[in-house]
Amino acid sequence: MAPPTPGATTTSSGITLNVNGEKHTLPVDHRTTLLDALRERLDLTGTKKGCDQGQCGACTVLVDGRRSLSCLQLAVAADGREITTIEGVADGDRLHPVQQAFLDLDGYQCGYCTPGQICSAIAVIEEHAAGWPSAATADVGAEAAPPLDPDEIRERMSGNLCRCGAYVSIVRAVARAAEEMQADDAAVKEAAA
Amino acid sequence: MTTATGTTRGKGAVGAARTRIEGLAKVTGEARYSGEVPYAELAHGWIVVSTVARGRVRSVGEEAVLRMPGVLAVLHHGNAPRLKENFVGQFGPDPAAEILQRDRVPHIGWPVAFVVAETSEQAREAAEALVVEYDTEPHDVDFHADHPARYTPEASAMGPAVTEKGDLDAELAASAVLVDERYSTPEQHHNAMEPHAAMARWDNGRLEIVDSSQGTFATAGEIAALFQLDPASVRVRSEHIGGGFGSKAMARAHNVLAVMATTVIGRPVRVVMTRRQMFSLIGYRSPTTQRVRLGADADGRLRAFDHDGVSVTSTLTEFVEASSAFGRALYDADAHRTANHVVPLDVPTPTFMRAPGEAPGSFALESAFDELAEKCGLDPIELRARNEPTVGPVTGLPFEDNDLLACFHEGARRFGWADRDPRPGVRREGRWLIGTGTAGATFPAGAAPSTAAVTAEADDTFTVRVNAADVGTGARTALVQVAADALDVPVERVRVRIGDSDLGQAWLSGGSMGTRSWSWAVLAAVTELRERLALGADIPPEGITVRSDTTEAIGAQAQLERHSYGAQFAEVAVDVGTGEVRVRRMLGIFAAGRIVNPLTARSQLVGGMIWGLSMALHEEAVRDRASGGLANGDLAGYHFAANADVPVIEADWIGEPAPGDPVGIKGIGEIGIVGGAAAIANAVWHATGVRHRALPIRPDRVLSAGTGPEGRTGA
Repeated sequence: MAPPTPGATTTSSGITLNVNGEKHTLPVDHRTTLLDALRERLDLTGTKKGCDQGQCGACTVLVDGRRSLSCLQLAVAADGREITTIEGVADGDRLHPVQQAFLDLDGYQCGYCTPGQICSAIAVIEEHAAGWPSAATADVGAEAAPPLDPDEIRERMSGNLCRCGAYVSIVRAVARAAEEMQADDAAVKEAAA
Repeated sequence: MTTATGTTRGKGAVGAARTRIEGLAKVTGEARYSGEVPYAELAHGWIVVSTVARGRVRSVGEEAVLRMPGVLAVLHHGNAPRLKENFVGQFGPDPAAEILQRDRVPHIGWPVAFVVAETSEQAREAAEALVVEYDTEPHDVDFHADHPARYTPEASAMGPAVTEKGDLDAELAASAVLVDERYSTPEQHHNAMEPHAAMARWDNGRLEIVDSSQGTFATAGEIAALFQLDPASVRVRSEHIGGGFGSKAMARAHNVLAVMATTVIGRPVRVVMTRRQMFSLIGYRSPTTQRVRLGADADGRLRAFDHDGVSVTSTLTEFVEASSAFGRALYDADAHRTANHVVPLDVPTPTFMRAPGEAPGSFALESAFDELAEKCGLDPIELRARNEPTVGPVTGLPFEDNDLLACFHEGARRFGWADRDPRPGVRREGRWLIGTGTAGATFPAGAAPSTAAVTAEADDTFTVRVNAADVGTGARTALVQVAADALDVPVERVRVRIGDSDLGQAWLSGGSMGTRSWSWAVLAAVTELRERLALGADIPPEGITVRSDTTEAIGAQAQLERHSYGAQFAEVAVDVGTGEVRVRRMLGIFAAGRIVNPLTARSQLVGGMIWGLSMALHEEAVRDRASGGLANGDLAGYHFAANADVPVIEADWIGEPAPGDPVGIKGIGEIGIVGGAAAIANAVWHATGVRHRALPIRPDRVLSAGTGPEGRTGA
């Protein structure tokens, strides 16, 4: 925890949120969730509030590179941590491969769960590449990571509810993006070698 | 950045796959929904709901709460602005919209107060601290078909409550084969991902509401009526809507309370419902119990058809879940009867939810047809073929077209139905029993009067203004395609404005009639505009605008039976050890006229089929008799299908453009869910030999029913 900052009272504290590479120093009510701080204080409304109690995944952001439900943590607890939201995943005007795949393959309908789905998918692809197993992994002791097949994607994406029922396209979009990212990684490694 | 795929031709734009116009905004987080538009001096409201199921509010302890930090106002029945009494909404008398008008508590979760504060944290804490005292009365939330309060309503939004022809008893007595079974479906909730939200403010004498609305014109009209305002002084906007499914069509607590509060405090006020509040404030699908009696000759030809459904309504607004209306145009019989009844209880008011009537009705009737096929020793598809009506069974009207059998035949071919062994309970893979099932689907193809304006701009582009709502359907994109096709210009030269009541009257996004009704109006305006442009006049700086109104054209339609059709196929695996049912694959073949955008249409149809899967296996709101509330009123307790529940699901279509529609559209918003649960239930029977007549088909029900004909059936 950072030392007390100016503006701190018994009900509020000054914190610094590192969001999408930008530092924001602001006083926050101790009751304010990270989700509300992003939406109401920083006007980053891309992160959605679907249930406000950790049951739907719409508020998923990346905290220090790991997916995290922003409705279930207080803003003060995110002080100083690196936060990436949907507004920060593209590379300038170039969409992240996951965003592009959702767009091209219609991996959404109403779009409200979409930012959370995309943030989750980005982390899923990284978790899988790092060898993390899931409940769908047949052999968790295997040396080589299992392929990111549809069952793996379904399992790993099940923390993000979609009421429109876009799951079939979401699975296809995540698979396509994972393939592209893998190919990009391979190309980078080859260029470096 | 390239965001569109598909053709850029003019003619041919309808029928070409296109990504969504607002897609870039949705995948980057730039799309703002109704609770996300910033306003200076914005205040935040929090709804306080009743904790008892019946009684009266004795006192509201506002004084203590008004002293809490940031609190600006506490509204309740004793001080809230007065609304019009005996309010009649777009669908009839609607006391459920009369919020904070009296001390009566009609159900648990009813709004009893509203706290407004500088921040949402302050409003929430104050709302939780507010002490509301009640005089409670005994409540009754116990739904059953023979409840003494049951009555037969005059009608439902889907037509008359009762239809009958022929001598039912005589035909049943003369039938060689009988099916007489009861089916039940539980209370189900819409649960759009975006909670209902509204911001209201007064701006230069006009009331502006940014609402999560499936139809801003209808919402504006209801708000104007409730607050007794000139309709022209109310503007409702709704650019992006995070799903609706029927729950965002009316004046409800969020928009009514936002208007009350801004009127009282003179600042913009935003109200966002909590997920838990949505379970009692926005409506839901009533539970149903249905009795289906089918009498047939030995060859499967129906002599008697009787579908009798009972649903719940509240003590406020009467809503009839017309489950028995499903079969009115689907199957004929010498004696044909359908009836809907309701039981008023101390529960929240149910409402339209995706395929109201058809979703539960198709589960019962299409399950009963499977049972009849089994008893007749017939393939279920052949049974339908022997009962295809030549004219509307109830109306006697001719059909515009009837593609039910064509859907079954195409689906059977693609699903591999011909290879199916009809015997139940004989396919086993380890601990899994495997089965397949099918069911029919139909939904009325309607259109409602709408207005539109199309402008030829001086810069050679076109602007379409039509008060559509895009709740995730892809309507925005489809309307551009319809306009570009009719104008014969590339879609890039057409822009569209929707979601603003100032654009004028238009039907809401509902009844599977949105895109059809709006497209009709757009096409009418384009047709006249092209005639004007053909005269070769120069386009002035303000452009040339043509307005249309389809009221007359729609009123002049020939009376016909107009419906979309579908056939659903499912393969399931049933775990005999745990009772778990897994859907392995689903195929839906639909006939719904011309498909404007195959990319988004497929998404919508597959999404509907996932609702069918979810209804079959998962969704069930459990009402606690003691408290009158839900035991599982949140997204952890109320499970709807998650990604891991859903296999590869395919939707495709056949058929010709609808002859009676200028664009050829029939509507696809709801047909996808119809019949889905029955196809899965029929597949579970084929796997296990046990009929499941109560939804959802939970593991405990599967286990206690056992397998084979000796197993206990139903619930």
